[in-house]
Amino acid sequence: MLTYTIRRLVLSVPTLLFISLVIFLLLQLAPGDPMAQVPLTVPPEVKEKMREALGLGQPLHVQYWKWLVQMFWVEPKVFIDWLTSSSALLGWLPDTALYQGELRVISWQTRSPVMDLIVQALPQTLTVVGTAYIVGILIAIPIGIYSAYRQYSVFDQAGTFVTMIGFSIPPFFTGPLLIVIFSVQLGWFPFIYDTTHRVTDWPSFVTQVKQMIMPVMVLALQTTAQISRFMRASMLDNLRQDYVRTARAKGLGEAVVVMVHVLRNSMIPVITIIALGVPSIFGGAIITEVVFSVNGIGSQLINALFANDLPLVMTVTFIFAMLIVLFNIIADVLYGVLDPRIRYD
Amino acid sequence: MTNPASSPPRIEALRDSEIAKPPRSQWRDVWDQFKIHKGALMGGGFLLFITLAVLFGNLVWDVDPKKLDIRNKDVRPIYTALWDGDAKVSWARPLGTDNLGRDHLAQILAGGRASMAVGWAAMVLTMLIGTAVGVMAGFFRRLDGPLMRFTDLVLSLPILPLMLVAVTLFRQPLRANFGPETGMFILIVCVIGVTSWMQTARIVRGDILALKEREFVLAARASGTTARGIIFRHLLPNVLSPIMVSATLGLATAIITESALSFLGVGFPSDFPTWGKMLADAVPRMQEFPERVMLPGIMISLTVLSVNYLGDGLRDALDPRIRGR
Repeated sequence: MLTYTIRRLVLSVPTLLFISLVIFLLLQLAPGDPMAQVPLTVPPEVKEKMREALGLGQPLHVQYWKWLVQMFWVEPKVFIDWLTSSSALLGWLPDTALYQGELRVISWQTRSPVMDLIVQALPQTLTVVGTAYIVGILIAIPIGIYSAYRQYSVFDQAGTFVTMIGFSIPPFFTGPLLIVIFSVQLGWFPFIYDTTHRVTDWPSFVTQVKQMIMPVMVLALQTTAQISRFMRASMLDNLRQDYVRTARAKGLGEAVVVMVHVLRNSMIPVITIIALGVPSIFGGAIITEVVFSVNGIGSQLINALFANDLPLVMTVTFIFAMLIVLFNIIADVLYGVLDPRIRYD
Repeated sequence: MTNPASSPPRIEALRDSEIAKPPRSQWRDVWDQFKIHKGALMGGGFLLFITLAVLFGNLVWDVDPKKLDIRNKDVRPIYTALWDGDAKVSWARPLGTDNLGRDHLAQILAGGRASMAVGWAAMVLTMLIGTAVGVMAGFFRRLDGPLMRFTDLVLSLPILPLMLVAVTLFRQPLRANFGPETGMFILIVCVIGVTSWMQTARIVRGDILALKEREFVLAARASGTTARGIIFRHLLPNVLSPIMVSATLGLATAIITESALSFLGVGFPSDFPTWGKMLADAVPRMQEFPERVMLPGIMISLTVLSVNYLGDGLRDALDPRIRGR
């Protein structure tokens, strides 16, 4: 297992390099000029200097190499420094001070390090999308279990219909739909997510919950649809197995048979599916974030794209790719760990 | 007694109790199974209705969707009169007009034509690429490794951000060459096709791998059929059913993706309505005119829902293990 994990991790390095190269080359084709926002009164030679200051004059391979160095050498140093100086976990270690003022990946929009912008946006995305993912899983698993146990019952038919709806109604429609119903008609929830809101006491916590309900519901509907389908199919596969008959024959109660024997076996593929879906927590919520004006990673990416902020687009897209590759490996390894029948070596 | 040498004794049990019927064709069996699935039948019927409506609807409702009629702007749909007697409604505008007085029903029909055209074209492109890659990887052993590694690579790309990047990048040159509408159409169809063929390729490859070891392929090879002949005569007809099932899924995703791109503002231009674009344009004023969000949204959702049900029924009908149960 360990050799398999190591082999996969080593193999992921060329994959990620290739992906970063694809993204980089695609972005280099961009026709937009980052100097488009600069006033016309600025003389052309000054503009040329500004362009050089952004690192635009150099040949492609130099630009790509510089990005790689900044991303994989300078940024980790900054991260380690932060860990040892001000984080709660490892703050007791002596300050390493590895970062000596080298150039980091700089956003063209704000002229600040891209990583700082991402770290600012990450908490909003994680609270909203992460909660939605957990809520979706918690709803989906009981639905899947019961639908499979009572296959073709009314509950199962209704569950199938709801999952079909979850697959079919896109988030850019459910979002406005919920806003029309709950914000405009009923006035229960605010329709703009206030990212500056801080939870300090009970009333502010209630406000936070209220503003999170609608985006969480929109996202959870999709997660629920997907995972409850998988849960149902996996339960159905296992319910027909011989060991279930054996368990019943030796006199175990129905609850033990279903909730212990069958459930544990059918959770194996579902857990890998859940792991595979984790990268979408970070990246898949672009539309929902735009609908509810959540100031997270997704809306940051959209804004950067429209503002021609190539370093930010490049870095955020690459981080998404990295998460996808990482969680693919985690899912495969988990599968091997949880299911003793699977052996990779 | 008859002569036993000329006609053998008849054994009663061996005789057919009735005259053998001609064999039923496979597609008849498929249709019989498909009919049982009520949802699939309704989905297929609705998809047919929508397709015909957007294709020929402008013959029945011949209002120009781009015609501005400022005097009759912001007309509410006719059903608003049921609960709001003072609402500005008109029988000449059954679904109301937008803020420039363009007729909403005509726009929905025109937008549907664009959305469905993008959906079908992107689906066909997806299937072509996916099937080609899958067949190549499954049939030619030397291509299998590289093609499947490439598929895995594309699968680990973050699709939506890259789509947004690609659309913003190539919009200008394509618009300049083919005009704003055709250019955008080509771009969106290509972007969706290039980014969603991977699942089809994997499914087709798996099936081809299993099929090419079967005896009928061996027989075809022994009788001197070329690789091309084996693929087109013997293998492709046998992988048609998984391709059809993933084609329905592809149609659904393509319609949703096009609408999502339009919603994020990188899709078609504003004067060229698609359902996603109409929805996106209506969101800022949805407090006063919720129907402008609801109607295109309902159209997208119903179409995708019917396509999904159709795919569900097709999967059951085309699977010989389920058929006949």
